[in-house]
Amino acid sequence: MGIMVLAQTDLRLDVSTLDYVLVAFYFVLVLGIGLIARRSISSSLDFLLSGRSLPAWVTGLAFIAANLGAIELIGMTANGAQYGIPTVHYYWVGAIPAMVFLGIVMMPFYYGSKARSVPEFLRMRFNPTTQRVNAVSFALASVLIAGVNLFSLGLVIEALLGWPLQVAIPLAALVVLSYTFFGGLSAAIYNEVLQFFVILALLIPLTVAGLARVGGWNGLKERITEVGGVEELSSWPGTTLTEIPNAFLSVLGIVFGLGFVLSFGYWTTNFAEVQRALSAKSMSAARRTPIIGAFPKALIPLVIVIPGMVAAVLVPQLTTLKAGGESDVTYNNSLSLLMGEVLPNGILGVAVAGLLAAFMAGMAANVSSLNTVFTYDLWQDWIRPGREDAYYLRVGRAVTVIGCVLAIGTAFIAGSYQNLMDYIQSLFSFFNAPLFAIFILGLFWKRMSGTAGWTGLVSGTLAAIVVDVLVRTGVLAVSAQAGAFIGASAAFVFGIAVAAVVTVVTAPKPEAELVGLVWQLTPKESRRHETTGDDAGWFRSPVLLGGLVLALTVLLYLLVP
Amino acid sequence: MKASTLAALFDLRSVIALLFGVYGLVLTVLGLAATSPADLEKAGGVALKLWTGIAMLVLAAVFVLWVWLRPPVVPSASEVADAESRPGH
Repeated sequence: MGIMVLAQTDLRLDVSTLDYVLVAFYFVLVLGIGLIARRSISSSLDFLLSGRSLPAWVTGLAFIAANLGAIELIGMTANGAQYGIPTVHYYWVGAIPAMVFLGIVMMPFYYGSKARSVPEFLRMRFNPTTQRVNAVSFALASVLIAGVNLFSLGLVIEALLGWPLQVAIPLAALVVLSYTFFGGLSAAIYNEVLQFFVILALLIPLTVAGLARVGGWNGLKERITEVGGVEELSSWPGTTLTEIPNAFLSVLGIVFGLGFVLSFGYWTTNFAEVQRALSAKSMSAARRTPIIGAFPKALIPLVIVIPGMVAAVLVPQLTTLKAGGESDVTYNNSLSLLMGEVLPNGILGVAVAGLLAAFMAGMAANVSSLNTVFTYDLWQDWIRPGREDAYYLRVGRAVTVIGCVLAIGTAFIAGSYQNLMDYIQSLFSFFNAPLFAIFILGLFWKRMSGTAGWTGLVSGTLAAIVVDVLVRTGVLAVSAQAGAFIGASAAFVFGIAVAAVVTVVTAPKPEAELVGLVWQLTPKESRRHETTGDDAGWFRSPVLLGGLVLALTVLLYLLVP
Repeated sequence: MKASTLAALFDLRSVIALLFGVYGLVLTVLGLAATSPADLEKAGGVALKLWTGIAMLVLAAVFVLWVWLRPPVVPSASEVADAESRPGH
């Protein structure tokens, strides 16, 4: 997914006054939510972790919306246009199993430990150094990625509405800042739920109208087959997506590279996601959070990948691009090109609101997880310990402002790199893969020592950086996509190997300190959750819901084998 | 759970209903009154505004119904005490 290069004249949407009114109404509600959420904040925990009080449907939808950001929406319609059906792997094999695993296996430890963040969990299981290494790299990544989200948002506003970048970027940052500043995580999460529905209000009419234009699903298949894109109509072996010519190796790459290392690394350790589950009101709700999110996640490709495929046969500039001709657009323009092609005024206003919502969702998730990690893990546990809670609430608010200002800065840095989005995506997965490695090892191996935690983390990241450099200098001749798979796998293997060696030569933590943090030392009862009151009923069982969503995913795969 | 948090949750469901109620109303009226042949052609013959509007009104109605059937309960004094004594508070 490269940075969008948007040609102004082509993409400017024909937006009417009514469309602007609809967008404005949405923004009034977004800011209103910030003010409403403000009333419930009296401590730093309220601000940074919503007082651990949210119901599962709210945290579950927020879990998905936090991930349904700009990069996702624009990048995955682009992939749909370029590769067709194989794009679904990013959703199905590349997300659902990891989300179910997080809910069923890992959440009892996360939520049960009462850790307020992923780095804090690492301090409990390993030592303060591991916490600090992870907190610093997470804070850095958050600010950079928030900047990329903000820059993409500015680009879209500039291209679609014609506002200059210098106005659009600070303005968008100000909106995100104002609601996260007043309402903290609650405002971010409530807005994510609202954003989820508004994004669907963009995607569903777009899919319906797009399919109607090409004569339904069968019409779409015929038109794709006509231009010789048969491999775009089935998900396996996905050789076009992986760029691995051998079908067997391609399947292996998708299942282990994408489905295991990248996906488990991202979904189970990325605090911007895990934070949504930690703010749930009970263990049962926390376990259900990622699983409830998995249902929409399994279905969303229907309204993201299909519009991408429609755009590729319907929009003349994209058809030219696909046929290998000269075109002044890239696949990253698919979404906005299709919006201009099929949506009438009125709906266009809703759609623009949905697109802006997606960008804000991504940035708000970065900012709200950054302020939690900074306030608790860097400020309270390291730099200024032992102050009263009101002090840390003020720090949390201040970090929100600083984070947004820094994001404006990194947004303009992002603007000076053509390929920064690619670069940050790979940086981020490099950082998640070693984290997942030491997490899994620490969870199931009680002997693993504290020092092994941070050495495994650092060396895994180094291994990934080495692979990245080798790929970009051309020493390792593979595509950027395959390079990310290899880098993540190297980080995972190397992280585990170093952690294992270091464990053997260092002293283990006393077993008494590891109760509730390591599988064997945690009594089965304390891994269970309450099944009374709001958590009662067979339909609230995480294992049952997890099984259902896995079955749904298998069924979906059978539809497009 | 605190009464204030519950009130905020109540507001969230209502806010969703409000947003889609207004959007749905505007689009339905537009769809009925101002669907031009050009609009129809754009969307492949589907009266997109009308149908989107109706779907949004239905969504808004579902959320209103949800709030109506499961109104936010104000916790009793003992539940408030429970919440206050939990670790992390």
